[in-house]
Amino acid sequence: MARALINMPKTARRGEVIEIRALIGHPMETGYRPGADGVVQKRDIIRQFSVRYNGEQVFAAELHPAISANPYIAFHTVATESGTLEFSWKGDNGFAQTETAAITVTG
Amino acid sequence: MTSTANLQRRKLLAAGVALAVARPAFATREEMVAAISAFTGGATPKAGRVTLEVAALVDNGNAVPISVAVESPMTANDHVTAIAIFNERNPQTDVVKFALGPRSGKALVSTRIRMATSQKLTAVARMSDGSFWTSSADVIVTLAACIEGEG
Amino acid sequence: MKRGVALLLLACSMGLSAAADERKSGTHFMGASTQTMQRDDTQNPAMLWVGDGEALWQAKSGDSGKSCVSCHGDAKISMRGVAARFPAFDTHRQLPINLGQRINQCRAGKQQLPAWRAESGDLLAMESYVALQSRGMPVAPPRDTRLKAPTERGKQLFNQRIGQLNLSCAQCHDANWGKRLAGSTIPQGHASAYPIYRLEWQDMGSLQRRLRNCMSGVRAEVPPYGALELVELELYLAARARGMAMESPGVRP
Repeated sequence: MARALINMPKTARRGEVIEIRALIGHPMETGYRPGADGVVQKRDIIRQFSVRYNGEQVFAAELHPAISANPYIAFHTVATESGTLEFSWKGDNGFAQTETAAITVTG
Repeated sequence: MTSTANLQRRKLLAAGVALAVARPAFATREEMVAAISAFTGGATPKAGRVTLEVAALVDNGNAVPISVAVESPMTANDHVTAIAIFNERNPQTDVVKFALGPRSGKALVSTRIRMATSQKLTAVARMSDGSFWTSSADVIVTLAACIEGEG
Repeated sequence: MKRGVALLLLACSMGLSAAADERKSGTHFMGASTQTMQRDDTQNPAMLWVGDGEALWQAKSGDSGKSCVSCHGDAKISMRGVAARFPAFDTHRQLPINLGQRINQCRAGKQQLPAWRAESGDLLAMESYVALQSRGMPVAPPRDTRLKAPTERGKQLFNQRIGQLNLSCAQCHDANWGKRLAGSTIPQGHASAYPIYRLEWQDMGSLQRRLRNCMSGVRAEVPPYGALELVELELYLAARARGMAMESPGVRP
């Protein structure tokens, strides 16, 4: 399990646009880099990042090797209702990880 | 003699193959144009509405912070559906594609990207009305000093 | 008239001593976006290692069944200021010791666990977590008379020309800071932000890793991790940076 950090307000007013920052530990091996022995290391990257808000997708990203190691993505979403946001990363070699965060929406 | 000729040819072929894998091919401006065209379905994106924020001179090409903002009310009828970033000189021209919608509230995304060398970056936004908008930035990438050695 | 002159002289000397500290952290020499990456905990990649370190702090392991918490409680309290006071003098081995070595000493001695390998993810995670608890505090290696000789040896190494390029640390970092080398600006070489997430490594690393990079950069023989001369150099760098604010865990190009 990679370390992931989600930064998001715990509460928001209904209709407020909030910023979410997601950071996950992953080498994002490009497939072009030679190792110490001179042999090119095989590609090993996160390819997809998606965010569901109470089950509905509100954001997604398709990542290529040009995304830096330990990928950081910041985006926005409307605080529509209280519930759970689910953050999902998928990639090469069966990499799959999910993190959740709760939000309380008032008003 | 045939065997000598074969040997020569094998040597040449081996040398050619070695050359081909010696270093990765780098993308070109034409490839970036082609990739953008693939994203827009052949349409020419219009300049404007997109702000691509990246340092003009970066400390290290391994992690270049970049932000893309698109002017849009982000309503159900008028919103950004996707933002794609392209480069012209990395081994691959695609960098990332973000999928947005009216639930985004604001069309503003940030991430960190790799840049193999100094080059132009281009962001293209697709709108819900089918239009495409774009902005580019030229970035200078310097090399780090005192890098990892054999130690 | 005499009192006026005395006051003027006093004011001048105060102004002079305030301006005399020309020391600037490596942060000063980075671009704005890299500075933001370090300053903002929601963006700093090193916080991934801090998170791991926090988990390791809690983990019960080894024959002792002890976690760091068992003896040290809340790290925010017990580890406050600790990283700022390293390298220190290890009475047990009668040698200077850096934070990573001290952590391993606890692991082996108190937890009965094998030491973490130098530059391993776990050791860097624990170092990052502990060093974070000194963030903002002044670098303060102990004023221990037993550290005088090792610090002096570290200073000698700092000033010694080494490698095929025949350069000393001082030539770049004392005499030519602010000028450019291979497109990068030469910093002063104050080690107040370690461990760091170095963009060049795309990874977390210790001060020794960075020093070894410098040494291979001038084509010198690189001492192995944990070598005494490296710890002595770390000690001198800490003394040289005394009073500067700790920034750990930092981000550097």
